[in-house]
Amino acid sequence: MAAANAGQLSRVGVAIAVIAILPWVVPSFAVFDLIYVGAYAIAILGLIVLTGMNGQISLGHGAFMALGGYVVAVGVHAAGWPYWVGVPVAAAACGALGIFIGLIALRLAGVYLALATFSLAVATPSFLKHFKSVTGGFGGLSLDSVTTPAGIPLDAQHWLYYVTWASAGVAFLVTALLVRGRFGRALRALRDDPIAAISFGVNPYFYKTLAFAWSAALAGVAGAFFAITTAYVSPDTFTFALSITLLIGAVLGGIMSFWGALVGALVIEFLPLVAQQVNAGAPSVVYGVTLILVMLFVPDGIVGGVMRSIRRLSHRPPQPAFEPSVQPAAPVAADQPSRE
Amino acid sequence: MVQSEPALSAPSEATILETRDLRARYGEIEAVRGVDLTVPRGAIVALLGANGSGKTSTLRAITGTIKTTGTVAFAGKTLHHRCPEDAAQLGIAHVPEGRGTLSSLTVWENLMLGAYIERSGARVRQRCERVAAYFPWISDRKHQPAGTLSGGEQQMLAIARALMLEPQLLLLDEPSLGLGPKIVHDIFALLRTINERDGISILVAEQNATVALAVAHHAYVLETGRVAVSGLSADLVQNDQVRRSYLGY
Repeated sequence: MAAANAGQLSRVGVAIAVIAILPWVVPSFAVFDLIYVGAYAIAILGLIVLTGMNGQISLGHGAFMALGGYVVAVGVHAAGWPYWVGVPVAAAACGALGIFIGLIALRLAGVYLALATFSLAVATPSFLKHFKSVTGGFGGLSLDSVTTPAGIPLDAQHWLYYVTWASAGVAFLVTALLVRGRFGRALRALRDDPIAAISFGVNPYFYKTLAFAWSAALAGVAGAFFAITTAYVSPDTFTFALSITLLIGAVLGGIMSFWGALVGALVIEFLPLVAQQVNAGAPSVVYGVTLILVMLFVPDGIVGGVMRSIRRLSHRPPQPAFEPSVQPAAPVAADQPSRE
Repeated sequence: MVQSEPALSAPSEATILETRDLRARYGEIEAVRGVDLTVPRGAIVALLGANGSGKTSTLRAITGTIKTTGTVAFAGKTLHHRCPEDAAQLGIAHVPEGRGTLSSLTVWENLMLGAYIERSGARVRQRCERVAAYFPWISDRKHQPAGTLSGGEQQMLAIARALMLEPQLLLLDEPSLGLGPKIVHDIFALLRTINERDGISILVAEQNATVALAVAHHAYVLETGRVAVSGLSADLVQNDQVRRSYLGY
């Protein structure tokens, strides 16, 4: 166990180092893409908690991102907040909406929940267009670009990169602390067998609603960084396709592991670009075929597949089959029909 | 017919569980139609009956997993608004139908969840060690996903997990389901050990009447949601109707 933790820690260390160095070794236009990867990773982390750990499927996380993005945009635009105030407010607003949607989700399961959340995603753009006075309608809202605070020797792009990824780091850390131990076990127990979980005294309403709220808050933070990075929000930033893209990212990356959020975010940011290069005529075909191949060959996502390969390479033998035995030895023969 | 009901009006200290006119329905279908049963403290009581006779629903009605009417008294106290969390708090552990294995959690995590209502992590780990002593193989395989255990091991784990609650009453739903005779024998022998050594009362729903009657002190036979026959196991084994219908000899 301790060894496993040490391995996990060293992987986290490597990931942090790579993230810190990356913007200095890639071309500067790619830094922009990597900021989006950070935002996507936060949103997908929310789906991993909700769908991967708790078994609630959401096809509506784009709507929470929209709320987060617009909270920041409206706050900065209309109320003159600094950006750093917008992010936690966006998280809180989305958490509150998440509680509300989570309460509805208690009555829905599986594909019904997916459809209900999907309708949220579908309704969001029209909703944003309708309330023009606040949201700016079709045209959306423009924001001033982020500037580096005085005294920090970074250009604006690198500054935003580090702020986004530091926030992602905080999101991952807090989520990891939240779901370890008793809380995480209860979440996963409700996914695996709700009746059994409830019989141990796990309160399904509390955990499922909280999972939804936390997941929505993370999506809100992601939406906030989307708005800040683009310096612009419009209904077309948050179409229903975004919700589906997030779920695709979670599943491709690996919905059972936090690492899946990082990998999934990279995939949904860069796969469309790669697909475009492979075949400019039909990028969506390349995208779709990739999806099908991953589902077919690594159904537990890229992270799951890589983990299995590592295990195979390190020649760890499979667990031996084992005869269960009862100790202490059974005192009385139990099944003798000998009382005739 | 065995009509000798066990003493129903026993004082509450001697009775761990008593139901009166227990009913439960799934939509139109009434699955439990007025079941009265008594589990004396320290006893093993078997709930027998064919598929669909209402055994599972009776257990679920006792813990409040499904909507029910009628009264349930536990350790002399009437439980009015029954819900599974309260049942766990009171010390009723329920091993659900199909074992309720949390298949992607490890064996150890399954065990720890059994003591979910105990907040002290140190005490939970202590209980884990103690329960694992009954099942030495558990310690060897604690980091394995529980879904990779065999059916018999999963049933053992489900019982171990229920013991983590340090229950006064253990409800088991068809522990023999899908298991070979050797394992079924081991499981019922284990139930007797638990009952004798730890003084835990047991109510076990079971289709395999032969095995259940060999271990249980009392038994109830359900038919279409009602108690058809009840009595001491030793008497039921002699009963021609029970023998023909459930024991097959």
